[in-house]
Amino acid sequence: MTASPSLSLAGIGKQFTLHVQGGVVLPVLAGVALDVAPGECVALHGPSGSGKSSLLRLVYGNYRAQAGSIAIRHRGQTIDVAAASAQTILKLRRYTLGYVSQFLRVIPRVPAIDVVAEPARAVGMTAAEAERRAERLLSRLRIPERLWSLPPATFSGGEQQRINLARGFVVDYPVLLLDEPTAALDADNRRTVVSLIHEAKARGTALLGIFHDAEVRDQVADRLFAMRPPSMAA
Amino acid sequence: MTTLAMTGRPLLQVEGLTHRYGSRIGCRDVTFDLWPGEVLGIVGESGSGKTTLLKCLSAQMEPHAGHVVYDTREDGPQDVFALSEPRRRLLMRTDWGIVHQHPVEGLRMKVSAGANVGERLMAVGARHYGEIRGAALDWLGRVEIARDRIDDMPRTFSGGMLQRLQIARNLVSRPRLVFMDEPTGSLDVSVQARLLDLLRGLVADLGLSVIVVTHDLAVARLLAHRLMVMRAGAVVEEGLTDQVLDDPQHPYTQLLVASILHP
Ligand SMILES: Nc1ncnc2c1ncn2[C@@H]1O[C@H](COP(=O)(O)OP(=O)(O)OP(=O)(O)O)[C@@H](O)[C@H]1O
Ligand SMILES: Nc1ncnc2c1ncn2[C@@H]1O[C@H](COP(=O)(O)OP(=O)(O)OP(=O)(O)O)[C@@H](O)[C@H]1O
Ligand SMILES: [Mg+2]
Ligand SMILES: [Mg+2]
Repeated sequence: MTASPSLSLAGIGKQFTLHVQGGVVLPVLAGVALDVAPGECVALHGPSGSGKSSLLRLVYGNYRAQAGSIAIRHRGQTIDVAAASAQTILKLRRYTLGYVSQFLRVIPRVPAIDVVAEPARAVGMTAAEAERRAERLLSRLRIPERLWSLPPATFSGGEQQRINLARGFVVDYPVLLLDEPTAALDADNRRTVVSLIHEAKARGTALLGIFHDAEVRDQVADRLFAMRPPSMAA
Repeated sequence: MTTLAMTGRPLLQVEGLTHRYGSRIGCRDVTFDLWPGEVLGIVGESGSGKTTLLKCLSAQMEPHAGHVVYDTREDGPQDVFALSEPRRRLLMRTDWGIVHQHPVEGLRMKVSAGANVGERLMAVGARHYGEIRGAALDWLGRVEIARDRIDDMPRTFSGGMLQRLQIARNLVSRPRLVFMDEPTGSLDVSVQARLLDLLRGLVADLGLSVIVVTHDLAVARLLAHRLMVMRAGAVVEEGLTDQVLDDPQHPYTQLLVASILHP
């Protein structure tokens, strides 16, 4: 019944050693195991500080795991993010693995439309096709057209988040990570994000996300994955 | 579980590179591969050996130990310091670009902007005046210098324009590998952003391989795919740029990242 997973985590362990603070060790994750199937959306659920964002960053290769494996299906191969080279992770991110972080990291001087279109060009779409897709997402997410040619540095928090979302959905990634994608959005835009997620699931995308908004979570998540602060987990 | 097969082979293979100034260490036992199309950032505090390493890599200085093997167009991988002097010079003038921190080090100040760019083309055998001038005009445009400045002397240019001219001079011959030492270091902050944006675009469009030295972690974040962190001449940490900056492992890298606001 269930297809083999697009994303499979086993024995994930993560702690931070804060050398600047006298070598304090901060345990965050231990023994995390989780599979996400194609077309499935799993919501990470747990209190603040339980390591939800850290787990997404580990899967993206932004944080380094101390233990365990992070297996992602990529063009007929299986890549272990926890053991992959920088070059391999960059390829994985280009073609397979999308990530919508909580905050947009702005690039000086680059207009919003190009920020959004860039991942599409990177997978080999023509500039025109990439721009067309970017425009469509910006419209759906209600970014006024007069903002498209401006760099997002001066945009509002909600506008920046929608630019980030558009950038994350401009390529049909097989695996998509979402960190509180609706936190700063109004009801109309929340509905748009829910639709985008449903469309992605219908295409077979495996989604792993953090959704603070219970209404959004109920609409998109197939199941919850409970996370506990490490003190309670121990 | 497999890892992705690398396409082809490294453009540059560096092994055990060491350079000393008398008894003082410049850089020590540096080993890494650079892949085609990859932008490698070298970061670290002042005096950590970044410039020394870059000069050894780009054959501006001879290391005391170690190897730099470059995948030449004609004969495949060759030890750069085993090549004959003329061959190494040719390689440096044609296949490589070297962008210096201070543009005057990389430009000829006594000839026009157009000649600065055209000269590099002549080094790769171009002889047709009209074509050389056409290419120079094209490249001035690509680095956002007005076409009517082509016959002006570099000393009439601003710092940002000079740096862009140096970049045009380096890229016109279509090098495969470009070395940059603090390319935005001598510029005002307002001019830096524009140059960075230009560099980002050119590197991506041309599929260049780049080794860029910078002490500015924000510049590293914008330009580099991968980072090497140096301290006291040695590489203490290496990895994917955002991983090194967001989850630094080595105490020194943590200190470096903690000492700035938003890397
Ligand atoms: N780069 C880092 N360096 C040091 N500690 C970190 C780092 N990133 C996260 N942490 C710590 O890891 C713990 C888990 O943080 P994380 O952001 O993953 O929690 P979260 O579940 O997403 O919380 P929230 O719901 O508040 O967003 C926290 O104690 C946090 O301070
Ligand atoms: N020509 C030289 N003669 C003697 N010592 C030198 C020379 N050039 C560099 N050094 C020393 O070698 C070490 C590394 O210097 P290098 O210039 O490579 O550092 P860097 O990381 O580029 O520093 P910065 O960020 O200040 O440019 C330093 O201790 C420096 O004093
Ligand atoms: Mg979080
Ligand atoms: Mg230096």
